[in-house]
Amino acid sequence: MSPLSALLARDVRLAVRLGGGALIGVVFFLIVVTLVPFAVGPDLALLARIGPAMLWLGALLASLLGLDRLLAGDHEDGSLDLLLTGRSPLELALAMKALAHWLTTGVPLVLAAPILGILLNLDPRSTGAVMMTLLAGTPALTFIGLIGAALTVALRRGGLLLAVLILPLTIPVLIFGVAASTAATAGTVPFRGPFIILCALSLLSLVLGPVAAAVALRQGLD
Amino acid sequence: MSLIELATPSRFVALSARLMPWLIAATALAFVVGGIQAYLAPDDYQQGATVKIMFIHVPAAWLGTFGWVVMSAAALGTLVWRHPLADVAAKAAAPIGAAFTLICLLTGSLWGRPMWGTYWVWDARLTSVLVLLLLYLAVIALWHTVEDPTLAARTAAVFTLVGAINIPIIKFSVEWWNTLHQGASIFRLGGSAIDPSILLPLLSMLVAFTLLFLTLHLAAMRNEILRRRLRTMLLMKADAAARA
Repeated sequence: MSPLSALLARDVRLAVRLGGGALIGVVFFLIVVTLVPFAVGPDLALLARIGPAMLWLGALLASLLGLDRLLAGDHEDGSLDLLLTGRSPLELALAMKALAHWLTTGVPLVLAAPILGILLNLDPRSTGAVMMTLLAGTPALTFIGLIGAALTVALRRGGLLLAVLILPLTIPVLIFGVAASTAATAGTVPFRGPFIILCALSLLSLVLGPVAAAVALRQGLD
Repeated sequence: MSLIELATPSRFVALSARLMPWLIAATALAFVVGGIQAYLAPDDYQQGATVKIMFIHVPAAWLGTFGWVVMSAAALGTLVWRHPLADVAAKAAAPIGAAFTLICLLTGSLWGRPMWGTYWVWDARLTSVLVLLLLYLAVIALWHTVEDPTLAARTAAVFTLVGAINIPIIKFSVEWWNTLHQGASIFRLGGSAIDPSILLPLLSMLVAFTLLFLTLHLAAMRNEILRRRLRTMLLMKADAAARA
């Protein structure tokens, strides 16, 4: 097993076993989506219209949850120093960690979306569109979040600062994710327009995230 | 005098002390000239006198984005060349740029009410400038949260360079999307679209505001250097007291 795939397996195992595991993100997602009708009222037509947006907001916030533990745990026990001085390129090691985070946080959110769509009175077409856009967009959320995690790794109360740093950068992902979801059912814009840009944002973050995070870590920990 | 000769903080403080009165005088003169030109500029045939909000709104917008560009250059200075004054420049520029971005949003909102009928609309340019304000606030929070100045400088530098992607988005937002905001009318191929009677006061105010930014930035850099000296002296005093 190559070092990078060993790192991936280790991180997936840790994420599943520690801190509530993979399902705590789903539970948070469920709670946020449940709060929506309490806030805006139970009108089903309104819920169906804002449903995709609320699902996206919930997924964004649920992804944000586990990000400060992405690197802080390794920083505390010294594994981060091993990664910095190891033979694998730091960028790839960080990419593996972010991939593990996505597999254990992002993918469960995608799978939970249909059930939560029922709570928000979404029709199957909307739900399918939301699932596809979440699948394409949650990698961007994780990999952009990786930059914030690297910047705040040595801070004690870095969680809130991480959110402040990352959320403005994830606004384009949110815009295009919701635009694609709502385009599937209504409006004049075809689904594939915003969806392709969303995929592009994810691919871009797959490269920029680990590179920027590696730069941040090298500056911060030497 | 090359940039590296300015690297010593004491030389920089001495030089900026000499430069400051001239900069202040130039800024004041530029505002007087620009203000008179703005006052004498004709009313727009459609907008009336409210078009003159543009003489504050456009320079503030320009300086908000310019502030982030200055911070990005300083970030490169910190990360690539390790120039000693680069992090001072970056830290000093952040609140000034944020203030100009806020002025841009507020004056634009006040202008939008009579013009468009609304204080705010979520079109591409307004949204990307609001995101710029959020990024400014984020980097200021970063500066204040990380205690060690060197680590804070490098962390803020990385974040500044990541956030620099917003600057072309702001510039080209009115071309890429269908927006309510005015399209590019000053710097475009084929020359400006604004009549000289309004363009010239606008350019004068642009120069005046840029001089204001430079003056404020220089003053803020000096303050930051003095603040760091104070911190070092306090640390040395505490250290001496602990040893005694």
